[in-house]
Amino acid sequence: MRLTCPICGARDRREFYYQGDAIALDRPAPDADAAAWDGYVHLRDNPAGVRRELWHHEAGCGSWLVVERDTSTHEVHSVALAVDVAEARG
Amino acid sequence: MKFSGLRVLKEGLTGNKGWTPHWRDPEPKAEYDAIIIGGGGHGLSTAYYLAKNHGMTNIAVLEKGYIGSGNIGRNTTIVRANYFLPGNSEFYSHSLKLWEGLEEDLNYNVMHSGRGMINLFHSDGQRDAFARRGNAMINQGDDAILLDREGVRKHLPYLDFENTRFPIYGGLLHPRGGTARHDAVAWGYARGADRRGVDLLQNCEVMGSDIENGVVRGVQTTRGAIRAKKVGIVVAGRSGQVAAMAGMRLPIESHVLQAFVTEGLKPCIDHVVTYGMGHFYISQSDKGGLVFGGDLDFYASYASRGNLPTAEHVMEAGMTLMPMIGKAKLLRSWGGIMDMTPDGSPIIDKTDTEGLFIDCGWCYGGFKAVPASGYAFAHLMATGQHHETASAFRLDRFRTGRGILDEEGTGSQHNLH
Repeated sequence: MRLTCPICGARDRREFYYQGDAIALDRPAPDADAAAWDGYVHLRDNPAGVRRELWHHEAGCGSWLVVERDTSTHEVHSVALAVDVAEARG
Repeated sequence: MKFSGLRVLKEGLTGNKGWTPHWRDPEPKAEYDAIIIGGGGHGLSTAYYLAKNHGMTNIAVLEKGYIGSGNIGRNTTIVRANYFLPGNSEFYSHSLKLWEGLEEDLNYNVMHSGRGMINLFHSDGQRDAFARRGNAMINQGDDAILLDREGVRKHLPYLDFENTRFPIYGGLLHPRGGTARHDAVAWGYARGADRRGVDLLQNCEVMGSDIENGVVRGVQTTRGAIRAKKVGIVVAGRSGQVAAMAGMRLPIESHVLQAFVTEGLKPCIDHVVTYGMGHFYISQSDKGGLVFGGDLDFYASYASRGNLPTAEHVMEAGMTLMPMIGKAKLLRSWGGIMDMTPDGSPIIDKTDTEGLFIDCGWCYGGFKAVPASGYAFAHLMATGQHHETASAFRLDRFRTGRGILDEEGTGSQHNLH
């Protein structure tokens, strides 16, 4: 499996650290209720198919990446800088 | 049909013409008292103990493929009771006792082999941790012996004791640990359940659940609608999809775990050996193949196959520990779908839907739990009460923060186990 880092180009999976579901970009407000935090920290859709994940280019440029990947086939659909994704949402 | 030595002899002398199928292939009924979704090890043992311990025989097991086609037929077959935390200890201790009586109970040869397991350690700190774990095992009533380096050498003379990075200081021997024939466990429980009247419905995939006003009424399947007052979800790596049909999100992410088997060799590895620092463990099957594996690939996957980095890491770890296996040829590898919970421990609990129960989150350690998981889940489904050996496996422990079962001590968020 290879990921195409927007900064470094196509690189081997060994260079990347998998953080998990891209739900990490949707941190609840500090005063959100317990259910919101449970949903953020623990509960997962866990789909067999395309989903968005956070990966860290740990042994490369150090960027955090949002990766659209199919968990049934390991096919990678897109890779974007997490900072761009976050800024585009405002 | 009862198996016995006499029967084997008689069939051998008469052309093996008297053997009959181990279970029926029934048509689904319109309604059952209880349905088990998932015909893997845990689902089959649940059905067996529902029938045997609780007299519930009007039940069905729904399996989307064939019996034994999932993780129960593809794992590294290790059976052990070397857990440390209260909540886990009593459960796995119960499971090992069930394993030890399983063949007689099922009248089926599951080839259970208490050949002994040795967890290696490589530092003073690790020795202390294993001494403490061994004491916890003994307090639970199981067996543990702390071996020094020479003690390990007597059992495993072929290891590289002078490994520069992780020199072997000793090991924790769990004499009753061992292996079992994984397929036979599925077949034995399937046969045992069938003989007590349980319908095993194969090629029967659940497509939706019927829930009215918070009460489960049954399920929609590829073989039609089936009504039931009680439904148990026991689908391992696919828990997320089946739970979603009931409107639930689970504290589970499914990951891939690889394992490997070499060509058959003469007997050379008599124990189960684990090398935690290298993320490597190994045993030898009765057929002669070296069966070994390592860590998760560490990304979400349903592909049933892994990638090269983890495969390489496992081979490298094996070579540093026991260089003698270097010339063995790898026969096959595979990847199983692991239902990983945040704290690495399982869930056996009711859900918010009345009559709907769930048994999941076995991470990469479900095989040894097959007997006790079915025993406890059957108890919960039949009586509505948690079995005393499995009362800690609560679904709500993540939400409340009470009773987190972090056996590894690495944390209780995803991707840490």
